[in-house]
Amino acid sequence: MDMGFLFASLIDGLLLGFVFGVAAIGLTLIFGVMEVINLAHGPVIALGMFGLYFATTLLGVHPYMGTLLTAAGGLLLGILIYAIAVHRVIGAPHLSSLLATYSINMMIIGVGTALLTTSPRNIEFSLGSVTLGAATIPVTRIVAALASLLAAVALYLFMQYTRWGKFIRAVTDNRDAAELVGIPSTKVLALSFGLGTMLAAFSGALIATLFPFTILEGGKYELKSFVISVLGGLGNPMGALIGGIIIGLIEGLVPVFLPTTWVLVVEFVLFVLILLIRPTGLFGGRAH
Amino acid sequence: MKRLLWLSVLLVFGMGVLVGCKKATPAPTEAPKEQPTEAPQAKEIVLTIGFTESKTGRLNVSSGRQAKGLRLWIKHINEAGGIKLSDGTVVKFQEASYDDESSKDRVQELYTKLITEDNADFLISPYSSGLTAAAAVIAEQYEKVMITTGAASDSIYKQGYMYVFQIYTPASRYLTGAIDMLKETDPNLKKVAFVYEQAKFSTAVVEAAKAYAEEQGYEVVLFEGYPSDTTDFGPFINKIVESGAEAVLGGGHFQDGSTFARQLYEKQAPVKAVVLLVAPPEPDFAELGEAAFGIIGPSQWEPQVQYTPDGAKELGIDWYGPSNEEFIKAYEAEYNEEPSYHSAGGYAAGIILEYAIKKADSVDPQKVKEALEATDVLTFFGRIKFDTSEEAHGLQIGHEMVYIQWQKDDQGNLVKQVVWPKEGATAELIYPLPR
Repeated sequence: MDMGFLFASLIDGLLLGFVFGVAAIGLTLIFGVMEVINLAHGPVIALGMFGLYFATTLLGVHPYMGTLLTAAGGLLLGILIYAIAVHRVIGAPHLSSLLATYSINMMIIGVGTALLTTSPRNIEFSLGSVTLGAATIPVTRIVAALASLLAAVALYLFMQYTRWGKFIRAVTDNRDAAELVGIPSTKVLALSFGLGTMLAAFSGALIATLFPFTILEGGKYELKSFVISVLGGLGNPMGALIGGIIIGLIEGLVPVFLPTTWVLVVEFVLFVLILLIRPTGLFGGRAH
Repeated sequence: MKRLLWLSVLLVFGMGVLVGCKKATPAPTEAPKEQPTEAPQAKEIVLTIGFTESKTGRLNVSSGRQAKGLRLWIKHINEAGGIKLSDGTVVKFQEASYDDESSKDRVQELYTKLITEDNADFLISPYSSGLTAAAAVIAEQYEKVMITTGAASDSIYKQGYMYVFQIYTPASRYLTGAIDMLKETDPNLKKVAFVYEQAKFSTAVVEAAKAYAEEQGYEVVLFEGYPSDTTDFGPFINKIVESGAEAVLGGGHFQDGSTFARQLYEKQAPVKAVVLLVAPPEPDFAELGEAAFGIIGPSQWEPQVQYTPDGAKELGIDWYGPSNEEFIKAYEAEYNEEPSYHSAGGYAAGIILEYAIKKADSVDPQKVKEALEATDVLTFFGRIKFDTSEEAHGLQIGHEMVYIQWQKDDQGNLVKQVVWPKEGATAELIYPLPR
């Protein structure tokens, strides 16, 4: 085994892992706060890709400026989705929230397919490559990983040190108690859903700087987000980041030993094993 | 709760209607057509050419060009006053077409519709071997003659079909010329890698090319497929580098092939030659900029190829249709873009049908089929002759490939040059890749 090959593969996987992690944080945050499994997660990631596409082609902004705009758009979209479809199913049986978010999924995919078609798009953007030992890494991948890490850190700081971050944690722990001390729980839930959607859109925009995409592309990353969330513990955002890195490393490592198409098989075997052996994930799920 | 359920149901239903509306929009049909069977009395008959186009989905680029070529032929033949048969009948053409969304499932549904509802008289295949394999089943079932273009996979023509005729060089001969080219250019090159799309066409191409490469003494150090929707080629490129391959052959269709080429460049994979299917000959490939430079691709036709009436005379066969220059000029005037081999293939499919109807002196499908079987003709697209054996009925045996490479002109602009076969080359092969 050539160590250079192993190193190059691991670096590739690791960098992507951070981006997967941020997408999964979006999913797991929403579940943690309001116990809603957001089935519109994939389409929102795809909308993030198109958000960046239109920001660069129509507004002509720099792609990285575009990812920030897309993230802001994601926040607003999330609050809108919460108001339209999610608010009234908070506290209802899981099936209701699954159906509600699934219908949002169907709407985005349906309208998206009709308006944007399923033809692949590309964001024409390159920053060249750097060579690190045996690995040649496109700079855009490094930036995407760093931006993801920053987003995760920013979320952590927000949750720990800001008033609204504390509100979110309080509502997560015990909504009734939080309401009793005057925390506006509806606003907190809307904000949390917005933040989750924002992270999904942000990760989508970052992925769009690396790879071509269609409106259906989100499905792939939604599946990964589920695996990562379960791996890191559903409802545990920092667990999701580490889960993302683990999945990224698996994606880098598996092709070294097996045909590349085996990556998904390995990921889902792991998914099932975690569910069987440690259903709360490696780092513990949402406390009840 | 109840309200929510109703709301969800309504939303889902609403979406279904929206999507349904989009899919069900048929192409506008023109004047009511007369049936060919009533031909004896009629002065003029209008035949319907049925086909699908991938207006959306991942095959949109090549499929769009193919449809443009075909539409140009329909326009030309009608403007030229149609085909005149010996009994005085004038045969004109109209199209019936739909968007197949690059999906096999849609293709079967739509070809059935073209035959049963639009009463298509002759069929042209969709783009790609995968979609054509699905359409061929329907054509055969209804005994409709289908000329296939953009469908190279050999296996389609080895199912015992009698009504399907291929005008492309088959997949099994797509990359063998590239192996010959590499062998002559660099006798020291030994290690080759095949990384290809797991699709009907590309798998058929690389399997044949691998066997041929091994026969020629090459060591195949990597042979791996990727799913059609792959966007991250990083793992494959790492493997190519690790395997020590000196040349990479493979790819599949336009979208994956251009992404692959882009990432090979971004990761500065140290290989001497890259030969990819389908994507490089498309003019759009130049949008990759530096990443396109030096990439080689097999092509069914290039603007520079020279097939002439004199060439036909030398071969002792008919020449038919416009010259290469006439086709290019007309195509550029119509669409304001350079034709690719997919465009030429679309036009050539029409020309071959026209030639067969003329030869048959009839629009009777059975007679046209027989005329196609007897066809051996040179056109601007190349020589067209079909296998008539039972094992491979309709397989193309006359047409040959050329190989192109993206090079730079004096101003540093990317240009496509024909580099193989040597007789037809417009430039020397740039080798090894300057990376």
